Amino acid sequence: MNPMFTIAGTVMNIHLPAEIDHYNSEQIGQETDRLIQKKHIRCLLFDFADTTFMDSSGVGMMIGRYKTMRFMGGTVMAVHVGERMKRILTLSGIYRIIDIYEDLPLEMSRENGKEA
Amino acid sequence: MHQNQNEMKLEFDSRSRNESFARVAVAAFMTQLNPTLEEVADVKTAVSEAVTNAIIHGYEGRVEKIMISCRISGNVLEVEVSDTGRGIVDVKKAMEPLFTTKAECDRAGMGFAFMEAFMDTLEVESAPGMGTRVRMSKQIARENDHMSAQSEISDAPFQMLSPSGTGGL
Repeated sequence: MNPMFTIAGTVMNIHLPAEIDHYNSEQIGQETDRLIQKKHIRCLLFDFADTTFMDSSGVGMMIGRYKTMRFMGGTVMAVHVGERMKRILTLSGIYRIIDIYEDLPLEMSRENGKEA
Repeated sequence: MHQNQNEMKLEFDSRSRNESFARVAVAAFMTQLNPTLEEVADVKTAVSEAVTNAIIHGYEGRVEKIMISCRISGNVLEVEVSDTGRGIVDVKKAMEPLFTTKAECDRAGMGFAFMEAFMDTLEVESAPGMGTRVRMSKQIARENDHMSAQSEISDAPFQMLSPSGTGGL
C-alpha cells in the first residue's frame, strides 16, 4: 500500500508530502476517497509533519474530503501543523470546520496504537 | 543613488507539473533581495495560485504557454503571470473569496484571495477570449535596507541570466 497512508482500525493518517499543489492534490484526494470507502474510515488525519508548502489546491482537496467524511458521520483533523501551514489553514477559514493541532493529540496516538 | 534593478522572463507549457518549477524559479530570482523565509513562501504561494488558475481556468487543461515576467526595482518585486486562454467574464466576481466555476473539481475558490493576502498589490486584467494577466507586487526585506549596497555590484547585464544568491535553492 501507498506509504502515504497508514490505517489503524477506522482511523487513517495521511502523511502529506513536502509540497501540496494542484499537481499532486488531485491524486491524494482520489486515493483518500478510495481508502475511505474500502476501509470504512471514520476518522481522517491530515498529517502536515513534512509539509512546508500548500496552496489553495490543497485547501480544496481538504474541503472535499471533509464533505465526504461529514456525509458519512466521520471526523477530520489536521495534525503536526507548523507556523506556515497554520497561516494557510487560518486564512482559508478551514480551521472553522477542521480541528487543527500543532502535534498529535494524545487520544489519537493512543487510538492509533490499539484500535483493532 | 543607484536603484537596484533586475528583470527576468519565463515561458513554459501549461502543464500541472510546471507549477512547482514556476514558483521555485521566481523564488530563486527574488533571493537577491535577501527576503525572509516567510516572504519567499508568500511569493511562492501567490505564483502557484496564478499559474494554477492559468492551467485550470485559462487553458482548461490544454497545453499552451504561460508567461511570467519578474522585475525588481529597489526592494519591490513585481510578478506578472499571463496566459492567452479563455479569459474571465466577470473579474470582480472571480476575485470574490469562495467563488469558483469548478467546485466539482475540489476547487476552494481561494486563489485570488491567497494572492491578495500574500502580496501587497494585485491587479487582474482579463476579457473573454483575450487571456488573463495577473500583476502582483511585494515589498521585500523592509528591515534590511542596508542591502541596497548590493546594487552597486549587481548592475552588470549578465546578472539578468544568473541572479546572485541563488545558490541556496
